[in-house]
Amino acid sequence: MRRMANKTNLTVAFILLFCGLTSHAQQSHIGHLVGSAKHGKALYQRYCIFCHGSQGDGNGDSAPYLDPKPRDFTKATFKCRSTPSGDLPLDSDLYDTITRGVHASGMPSWRPLLRQDRADLVAYIKTFSPRFQEEPPVAPIQIPSEPPTSPDSVKRGGQLFQSMNCGLCHGKEGRGNGPSAASLTDTRGYPIRPFDLTSGTRLKCGDSDAGIFRDLTTGLDGTPMPSFASALKPDQIWDLVHYVATLRAAAK
Amino acid sequence: MKTRCVWLAVVAIFVTLTCGRWLTDAAAADTSSSASVTGMVKFDGIPPKASRIDTSSDPNCKSGAATVMTEDVVAGANGSLENVVVFVADGLEGRTFQPPAQPAVLEQKGCSYRPHVVAIQANQKLNVVNSDATTHNIHPMPANNRESNMIQPPGVPLDLTFAREEIAIPVKCNVHPWMRGYIAVFKHPYFAVTGKDGGFELKDLPPGTYTITAWHGKLGTQSQKVTVSAGQSPKLEFVFKQ
Repeated sequence: MRRMANKTNLTVAFILLFCGLTSHAQQSHIGHLVGSAKHGKALYQRYCIFCHGSQGDGNGDSAPYLDPKPRDFTKATFKCRSTPSGDLPLDSDLYDTITRGVHASGMPSWRPLLRQDRADLVAYIKTFSPRFQEEPPVAPIQIPSEPPTSPDSVKRGGQLFQSMNCGLCHGKEGRGNGPSAASLTDTRGYPIRPFDLTSGTRLKCGDSDAGIFRDLTTGLDGTPMPSFASALKPDQIWDLVHYVATLRAAAK
Repeated sequence: MKTRCVWLAVVAIFVTLTCGRWLTDAAAADTSSSASVTGMVKFDGIPPKASRIDTSSDPNCKSGAATVMTEDVVAGANGSLENVVVFVADGLEGRTFQPPAQPAVLEQKGCSYRPHVVAIQANQKLNVVNSDATTHNIHPMPANNRESNMIQPPGVPLDLTFAREEIAIPVKCNVHPWMRGYIAVFKHPYFAVTGKDGGFELKDLPPGTYTITAWHGKLGTQSQKVTVSAGQSPKLEFVFKQ
């Protein structure tokens, strides 16, 4: 009798585990929020489908008129991440992009939607690529505390800007007009402009110093912007951030 | 009683799996009856002339090597075709192969990729080397693998691996937009890339019938069926046209 009870318990546990695993892929977790793909689907069809398409492949009805093109969710390649180059984004990365919008593109800020709605959308977007079920979640990169900026740090950053060949795309003065700028394409083959750091406009993945540190460390996947994670030490990346800040300040 | 049955079943499954594994490993290790497939890849017609690439946007590119030329079609005087990947496309079903411990090397020299086409096994390390006095970014653009994009200053080591077969992944450097190369990834070790003489050799193929495919980045693919039996080394010829 006891053995039978044990067996039943075990079966129940397995079923629960299995359900847990399958439904986990249909969920998103952002802080205390748990998003559901089921609810997200209805929201997606109302708000996102016109650009990103019913299949999530970025081929919605409006896509031909947009530059840059809407994201193709089936590839699971995302610009704004806090994970290393090539890795999947965190749920919170997708949530932040939906909330913030992507500056200088057709993607608006969806802050007016409820937090729960945005979390549900993240859960649904993840269902377009099997990678979210196949690959285990990755740890985000570490952002150490920012040392204060100084003329020395800016000077070192300027030297790195040159030795890392940033200027070949972003231009010597950061105007986005380097000699390789005209040749750049994203991974789908569409022309893409390097950011004009002197334009004074907002950056795609957020404007804070920590945000620029993160972009330099992770790279913007799907674009020509590489990751500096294996090439530079955190202090050097902060130097670059401080130098870039001077280019941006000059425009304001 | 029931528990014992379950245990017996588990042990039986375990034994079957390990023995099966051992048998396939033994088959892979047995090369006494295997043979090589050798051959040539040729280009029919007048090969397009290579043109000189203007690398003046980065003066540091000049220090590495001689002038950089386009490598779309590289054909020798006797019609031999370089940079063709020849591989077993069919006939190895049901067999698995471990990646070699030795890494393959892709060098950036004189702001071009050496070799232009590198072939590796899935999960084999690809050692990316920057021998130039300038910074590159190494940006493979796979359709079936993980895309990454890393900056690589001179002398900084970098390793890449690809988990799945893909023929072939284009790789580029966005900083120096003329830099183009290919990384071909296979789930088995039966592949070769033609050099200047256009020759190839697929070593130690066990007896069987195979489809051998030749792939060129600009000229497409061609396939031939071949039967390998012990002690015989079939010779193949592939001819590409513009």
